[in-house]
Amino acid sequence: MELVALVKHDCPTCDQLLPALTAAAERGAPLRILSQSGERDTSEQAARVGVRAVPELDAGLAVSERLDPDAVPAVILLDGGAETGRVEGLQRDRLVALFAAAGATIDVAGLPALRPGCASVTRDPAVAGALAARRARAEGRIRSRVLRIGGLEDPVEALHDRGLTDGLPVVPPIPERVVAMLEHTSRDPQDVVGVLPPYGGGATVEKVAVNAVMAGCAGPELPIVLAAVEAVSREPFALHGLLATTHSSGPVIVVSGPYAAQAGMQAEVNALGQGCRATLCTGRALQLTVRNVGGGRPGIEDRATHGSPAKVGFCFAERLDAGAPFAGLAHDRAGLGADETGVTVFAGEAPRLVADQLAREPDELVASLAQGLEQVFSPRYRLGFDAMLVLGPEHGRVFREAGWTRSELQQALHLASHRPAGELVRGAGGIAEGLDPAWVTDPAFPVAKFAVPDRILIAYAGGDAGLFSMVIGGWASGEIGSAPQTANVEDWR
Amino acid sequence: MDYLELLDPTAERDAVARPLAERGRPIRRLALLDIRKPRGDVFLDELEALLRAESLDVHRTAKPTFTKPAPADLRREIAESCDAVIEALAD
Repeated sequence: MELVALVKHDCPTCDQLLPALTAAAERGAPLRILSQSGERDTSEQAARVGVRAVPELDAGLAVSERLDPDAVPAVILLDGGAETGRVEGLQRDRLVALFAAAGATIDVAGLPALRPGCASVTRDPAVAGALAARRARAEGRIRSRVLRIGGLEDPVEALHDRGLTDGLPVVPPIPERVVAMLEHTSRDPQDVVGVLPPYGGGATVEKVAVNAVMAGCAGPELPIVLAAVEAVSREPFALHGLLATTHSSGPVIVVSGPYAAQAGMQAEVNALGQGCRATLCTGRALQLTVRNVGGGRPGIEDRATHGSPAKVGFCFAERLDAGAPFAGLAHDRAGLGADETGVTVFAGEAPRLVADQLAREPDELVASLAQGLEQVFSPRYRLGFDAMLVLGPEHGRVFREAGWTRSELQQALHLASHRPAGELVRGAGGIAEGLDPAWVTDPAFPVAKFAVPDRILIAYAGGDAGLFSMVIGGWASGEIGSAPQTANVEDWR
Repeated sequence: MDYLELLDPTAERDAVARPLAERGRPIRRLALLDIRKPRGDVFLDELEALLRAESLDVHRTAKPTFTKPAPADLRREIAESCDAVIEALAD
């Protein structure tokens, strides 16, 4: 039988109990007294309370971490290493009994019957984080190489200098933050979420978490980021080409389902804009993961002629309230239940606004929106590029009140975005770009903008006021380009 | 603390060292790879004519689409049957 007492220097209850503990040890009690404080503080405490024997130091808080008390003083009775009893704080009668169980005595005369202790140093949030990180490393849950940044270096600058940012400041990925981030998924940190181009980097849950920390994510965003990484890693999404292309597109993340709001995503006013940490940081976390794990760097592997602000990160949530005209995009595409949340990734540009403030009937609104959709890439380009239409609530209401389904709207937009071949042929209207004249035998023949109605993805988001929708132009689509992908966030929670 | 520990956000992959092909070898068969960007074929047609005028054996080949990396089988076929490859990159 062995007794271990844990104390710290800045705890009045420890001050009060330490002389009794020391006297018991001097009388032969099988007791180790360990201090959670530093050497100097521990010596000063011993002198202050009048004991000659200075407590041992609990080096690296190893014993405190193992015994894990909430409060000190804590006296723990061990039998062959296994705990058989403990007293936290000053509880006179229980301490006497605990010492008796160890075949020893403690003189508690003059001490109060009950006095609460103070929080164990291991409960200090900063210390708890460091201990959790140490445990995660020891248990192999954290395996990333450690980058040591000098004490005089600014870690934000150091990360930028090492080419690990997107040009904006990042949150330094200290192990404590990464371990805390990993608490927000049930998945093993070493599970591989996907293999990312161009260099085939394995995106483990841990690596995604490191990048999510850098992007500024709060923990609840992690499962959404993981699902997005899974989705862009699938071969039909063609991420290699997307990140390398001269086109200005990047992965656009649409989050559909109740977890979006739980993670802090707001889908109403300014849904595609600034102000919402969860959407902004989720989009950025995906792009940082692609950059750092896959290795696609702007100006080197990424050859975008212009790029766009949306390539820093582009994520928004769907507004799936009672006013929504349809079920969520992910729900329709992947058959998710209403209580599930999914992400849909789309290779797209920055969004642009399409206004129609007068249409009150579905058909006239369709005609107007179709004209906006035809502008994608170039009105002259047909069939090779998809688009996403983000219906605003005041436009969505028109279709909801008319009882349209998503599929009916896609069909109508598809039909309304046809145009006579004669208007699209090279040279028409003095524009060199256009259909090869060899293909145009009948100038009146209607040529579709999109290959099939499903190639017009429809999401729903935005504030109550404004007769606007947003068009997000796609990149080369389908078999010869990128096909949108949907992944279930529930798989990553 | 005299340093701060950060976790490496990269995949920590080492660059694969690929030796250069032997220099000075005679090029008997040359692949012209069209990545399928518009008008890449126009450029390659011109190049093919020039190379054939030099009595080179030219092997015309193409990626299925410019948006995706060349399939492994295509890369292997070029490596096994040709001494060098010229890729037509863009529009």
